Amino acid sequence: MKSFIKKIWVITLNTFKEAVRDRILYSIVFFAFLILILSTIMDVVTIGQRAKIIQDMGLASISIFGALIAIFVGIGLVYKEIDKRTIFTIVSKPVTRYQFLLGKYFGLVLTILVEVLAMGTIFLALVYYTSGYINPRLFAAIGLTFLELMVICSVAVFFSSFSTPILSGMFTLGIYLIGHMTRDLYEFSAKLEGTFLAVILKILYYVFPNLDNFNIRAQVVHELPIDPKYFFYSVLYGLLYITLLLFVSSIIFTKRDFK
Amino acid sequence: MTEKAVELKGVYKAFKTGFTMKKVEALNGVDLVINKGEVFGYLGPNGSGKTTTLKLIMGIIHLDKGEIKIMSKSPNDISIKEIIGFLPESPYFYDYLNAVEFLDFYARLFSIPKAIRRDKIRRLLKMVGLEKRAGESLRHFSRGMLQRIGIAQALINDPEIVFLDEPMSGLDPLGRAEVKEIIQGLKRDGKTVVFSSHILPDVEAIADRVGIIVNGKIRDVGDLDKLLSKRVSFVEVTVFGLDRDMLDPLKGKAKVKRILGDRIVLLVEGVENVDAVIDYIRFCEIGIESVEPIRMTLEELFLSETKGKSK
Ligand SMILES: Nc1ncnc2c1ncn2[C@@H]1O[C@H](COP(=O)(O)OP(=O)(O)OP(=O)(O)O)[C@@H](O)[C@H]1O
Ligand SMILES: [Mg+2]
Repeated sequence: MKSFIKKIWVITLNTFKEAVRDRILYSIVFFAFLILILSTIMDVVTIGQRAKIIQDMGLASISIFGALIAIFVGIGLVYKEIDKRTIFTIVSKPVTRYQFLLGKYFGLVLTILVEVLAMGTIFLALVYYTSGYINPRLFAAIGLTFLELMVICSVAVFFSSFSTPILSGMFTLGIYLIGHMTRDLYEFSAKLEGTFLAVILKILYYVFPNLDNFNIRAQVVHELPIDPKYFFYSVLYGLLYITLLLFVSSIIFTKRDFK
Repeated sequence: MTEKAVELKGVYKAFKTGFTMKKVEALNGVDLVINKGEVFGYLGPNGSGKTTTLKLIMGIIHLDKGEIKIMSKSPNDISIKEIIGFLPESPYFYDYLNAVEFLDFYARLFSIPKAIRRDKIRRLLKMVGLEKRAGESLRHFSRGMLQRIGIAQALINDPEIVFLDEPMSGLDPLGRAEVKEIIQGLKRDGKTVVFSSHILPDVEAIADRVGIIVNGKIRDVGDLDKLLSKRVSFVEVTVFGLDRDMLDPLKGKAKVKRILGDRIVLLVEGVENVDAVIDYIRFCEIGIESVEPIRMTLEELFLSETKGKSK
């Protein structure tokens, strides 16, 4: 068991190393830049509003920025190993294909974690600087955003286990966008009750990840109450979704040929 | 009885390609046995199915029909990977790592303890002649250097069976000699080595046995000398001071290949005729300058095999 996890970890570390050496983390500098410009623009807004807007936009930026990186890095992750045929040597070593896939996934998650930690720190520093105080619920908001990004990572890994980067990129981006509208899908399907389209929309609602589950920005920024149960179910939902997707990816990946 | 290291039975593999999903039969019923402790040369022209065979054995691709056993285990059995090593064809590796990191990565996949890893990596880098480039990123490695680090990678776990797909390609003459030396060293240590190639002298020098694959089918397996000598179909006899009309009695046994001044190069067809031809020349008291068996080159062998197939 220990060596089973250790082998996944070896691949995780190697994936993270690749991301670092490909200078992915430089994107943090971009984020810092972006958020600084944002806060300068905010100078025109009244003090009370400013704090709220900075919190809202900051959290949204972390989500969007993180998602872009997850998609950008994630889609090439597995494909590159196949394209450059490094997978050949991996398969000939005592590592199963699903260990490899999990290692890749966690390497991506580790990269995103470092991104989120850095972005979060910059963000919280800015919040503290502008309002002199940090709402502890911001940590929960960032935490759920990270979980959302973990889901996106699993979607990217899923597609890249059998498809090309361009297609994977389009699909993953599509799922990210639709994932933020699944509630609309559901409501829309309710209006069309009984039609064929309603069935399709319902299926889409259940297949696509409901990414809005991980979005508590409004509640945090406007100091609305959050039911702890909601938080718990969101975490559970995210973890289940990831597990399921990685499971399916592993099956596909184990069955396929590497050419 | 010799133990089998690898056994293939009726292995069939087709690839679907292109828009039309046209089937390309890469392997068409391959039967092959590789014995423990031998150096096995896997020969065949381009596109004959060598790489496909090795990829199937490694579990990189899955077979359509047939059976593959490595030390009586399936290629999908993860435990078999502990005792094998593999060098892919024209390898390309993680170019963001340096040579030591690269080998360390693979060593960790075998759960080799740190102290042993360091020692082993140093030894392997020396073996493949890269000890001076240890800290350099693979991005800056030449093709031959990648080939060398690839060989080191294949040997990181002291494998019992080593599979090398064209290990000498991309190497200079010195490099080729070094690889031959490495393979012979492995044999001395009792390891089994399987390597593919289409270059005859490389195979001749080191292989105990060879298998020849053409168009996805094994055409011949055995001792290379025997495979080639089975097909020694010509002997060149060079004589001097022979009149052309004295050749008449040799009709059906030899013909003139070339005339160089007063020397004539005779081409004797079939080994069984050599005695008669030489006896006759000696009888005419004519000088023989040389008698030379013309061995078939691998290319001719491939050609004759290909023809044999289409028959
Ligand atoms: N991924 C693939 N998709 C389609 N056809 C393939 C694929 N891989 C191999 N083939 C076909 O299978 C046949 C055997 O190819 P293989 O690579 O095994 O040959 P090889 O003996 O290794 O040749 P070479 O000496 O050039 O390396 C060829 O006809 C090739 O076109
Ligand atoms: Mg090949």
